[in-house]
Amino acid sequence: MYSFEIERPATIAEAVAALKGEDAQALGGGQTLIPTLKQRLAMPGVLVSLAGIDAINGISRNGAGEFCIGGGSTHAAVAGGAGAYPALAALAGGIGDPAVRNRGTIGGSLANNDPSACYPAAALGSGATIVTNAREIAADDFFQGMFTTALDEGEIITEVRFAVPEVANYQKFEQPASRFALVGVFVAKYASGVRVAVTGASEEGVFRWAEAEAALSADFSAAALDGLTMSAAGMIGDLHGTAEYRAHLVAVMTRRAVQAAG
Amino acid sequence: MTDVTLTVNGTQVTAQVEGRTLLVDLLREDARLTGTHVGCDTSQCGACVVHVNGEAVKSCTMFAVEADGAEVTTIEGMANADGSLSTLQQAFQDHHGLQCGFCTPGMVMSAAALLKENPKPSAQEIRDYLEGNICRCTGYHNIVKSILAASGQDAGAIAAE
Ligand SMILES: Cc1cc2nc3c(=O)[nH]c(=O)nc-3n(C[C@H](O)[C@H](O)[C@H](O)COP(=O)(O)OP(=O)(O)OC[C@H]3O[C@@H](n4cnc5c(N)ncnc54)[C@H](O)[C@@H]3O)c2cc1C
Ligand code: FES
Ligand code: FES
Repeated sequence: MYSFEIERPATIAEAVAALKGEDAQALGGGQTLIPTLKQRLAMPGVLVSLAGIDAINGISRNGAGEFCIGGGSTHAAVAGGAGAYPALAALAGGIGDPAVRNRGTIGGSLANNDPSACYPAAALGSGATIVTNAREIAADDFFQGMFTTALDEGEIITEVRFAVPEVANYQKFEQPASRFALVGVFVAKYASGVRVAVTGASEEGVFRWAEAEAALSADFSAAALDGLTMSAAGMIGDLHGTAEYRAHLVAVMTRRAVQAAG
Repeated sequence: MTDVTLTVNGTQVTAQVEGRTLLVDLLREDARLTGTHVGCDTSQCGACVVHVNGEAVKSCTMFAVEADGAEVTTIEGMANADGSLSTLQQAFQDHHGLQCGFCTPGMVMSAAALLKENPKPSAQEIRDYLEGNICRCTGYHNIVKSILAASGQDAGAIAAE
């Protein structure tokens, strides 16, 4: 690792101020950033640890019944604390391993927008609202391609709000070495319609499968997906699976998610 | 450089560290507790697992500065007060839960965290919990057996697969 300083602010305002410094970067749970620093793929001058900011920690329900998850909440905290949104709790409980879940945070995962990460599928599949120190961003506008988001330099995710669907399910086909999603599909049925978000598959990162959403909104059953296929164009192909394989998996995992959601 | 003070296995430790100093470096280099191992650079192997405020974490993936004020337990803190092996450690020995022993500190720390949450885990729950602990020697089977035995369950019941 290159050399850097670490600051540990206690409030959002202090963190935002510290992030204005030259080459400053936020540190969440470090479960992605620290391995990246070890490989010398990043060279921050200052890391601003968000772990000491109580205001971005914790899980609550607001007046609209939405789950409000602090941006600094760990995967373990969400797995244990989002019981009223079981698909979300299960997704958080399936990320990495217990030690990773004890440190990694929802804000860090969404800010990173790894094309194979789990949380982007939950956020996009639930039409979540990503709240920052400056504004509220709809999930549909937040994810802008592999490792790219709507966040500005120094902007901090303080909260993520999820409307709780009637039923939902996340199906993750694990890449056997990294245990990230080779393909993961999050299906959520709301009164307003069904949302289907796919991670792990596309070179553009997480995306919604519009055809499946239309079919499932008309008839929420696995049979409604009969004959629907995903094109391999733009899918990730690597030694773990070809683009065609991933495209096929998208349809298979969507069907499984609908069946499991019931 | 920053001063950090933490409690490691019940003893207060103060060290001067850089921002980039990892918790595992403080444990191994400053506290001279070399039982905690480093097996990778990618946060995947789990040889470095310790407990920070009671929770299993990868000490290679946390900065020492972030552990200021924390209670840390390492493998050196796992034995009984008289120095004899704890039930869990003894079970690893009795059931050949280790061969070269490189992964063992992390395995024991992860297993201890599991048993605290779930005192009678099934074989499958043990395997799931150890997802982030890699062993190149044992094939995991005897590790699962050791943890079953340590939790007072019949280790013989899991047949060799
Ligand atoms: C062995 C292993 C297995 C894993 N498996 C999975 C898996 O199966 N599925 C999965 O989805 N992920 C997986 N991960 C990644 C893990 O979920 C990370 O915790 C997550 O991607 C990053 O969160 P973090 O809090 O650790 O962020 P950090 O690593 O601290 O930061 C990541 C990036 O986000 C920025 N950032 C952090 N917090 C915020 C914030 N609140 N606001 C704005 N920017 C912020 C940082 O500046 C940095 O650029 C795995 C990681 C490891 C090491
Ligand atoms: S040394 Fe491999 S996970 Fe920490
Ligand atoms: S006993 Fe050798 S790596 Fe596990």
